[in-house]
Amino acid sequence: MSDCISLSDQPVDPTLARRLIELTQAGLPLVDDPWAWLAARLNMTPEEALLLLKQLQANGLIRRIAAVPNHYRLGYRHNGMTVWDVDDARIDELGHSIGSLPYVSHCYQRPRREGWPYNLFAMVHGLDATDIEHYRYSISAMLGDACRAHEMLVSTRILKKTGLRLPPPASC
Amino acid sequence: MLDELDLRLLDSFQHGMPICEKPYEAMAATLNCGEDELICRLQRLLDERILSRIGPVFDHGVAGASTLAALAVPAQRIEEVAVLVNACPEVNHNYLREHHWNMWFVLTAADQEKLDAALKRIEQQTELEALNLPMQSAYFIDLGFPVGSDARMAV
Repeated sequence: MSDCISLSDQPVDPTLARRLIELTQAGLPLVDDPWAWLAARLNMTPEEALLLLKQLQANGLIRRIAAVPNHYRLGYRHNGMTVWDVDDARIDELGHSIGSLPYVSHCYQRPRREGWPYNLFAMVHGLDATDIEHYRYSISAMLGDACRAHEMLVSTRILKKTGLRLPPPASC
Repeated sequence: MLDELDLRLLDSFQHGMPICEKPYEAMAATLNCGEDELICRLQRLLDERILSRIGPVFDHGVAGASTLAALAVPAQRIEEVAVLVNACPEVNHNYLREHHWNMWFVLTAADQEKLDAALKRIEQQTELEALNLPMQSAYFIDLGFPVGSDARMAV
């Protein structure tokens, strides 16, 4: 047994985590020391705020802290939701392979439903319609025999898009 | 139009920025520019919506419960149904897609019960039955796209 306690083992007060999300979900301010800005609002020191961010990153609540591009504005205007009916016994192995492709942004296992046989979803993004068709064929080739059927649902219109917003506290 | 420094900035920090004291100073050092110059650029990229924000990207699980749902909306009802779905505060993305199941949206709520209630409400208001496809496993690696010279800039 190691004496070393990893950051992810340390519990984070959920109220504090929630407060941090509320403060930062729209972005950090462009000030010399954004952690000091955050710390002042969380009643802690900048060092504690930095440690809290690292803890949340270690336990998975924060995926990354980054300059987040708007891909639509960068020209990636075409997206296709590819859906696959994949052998359940191999879905984890295949899902990880597909999820690591550079043009796949999200890759999830979802349940099959009556009339809906697809259990693996991979969102592909490209600069034009040909790109995403090409990506679809590449994924199909990777899945090979493990895939029984697939479709690509191309998006034609964004009807609503808001960032992740926290729902109101559970009390209301 | 984005210049070479903008592209380097996006390439270098879209997957992660330094989590250290004075992160903007550290970013400027990586890019070999001044901190003022970097902050100026970040502000411009935010103003032009090339960057959606600078900060943490939270896991979907953070919201409590979430699901992907779809409706098969008859062509003549699309506008009407979109208004009903979009009015639901639990809906944060809604896309029209070419398929029999043509309206796809993500719902998030504080817990499973509230999530189920929101989807039920949508079904009742639209008089359509939803396909409810909650995530079972995520094979997520990272969200990032090359922004080199082959990316056609939209601005």
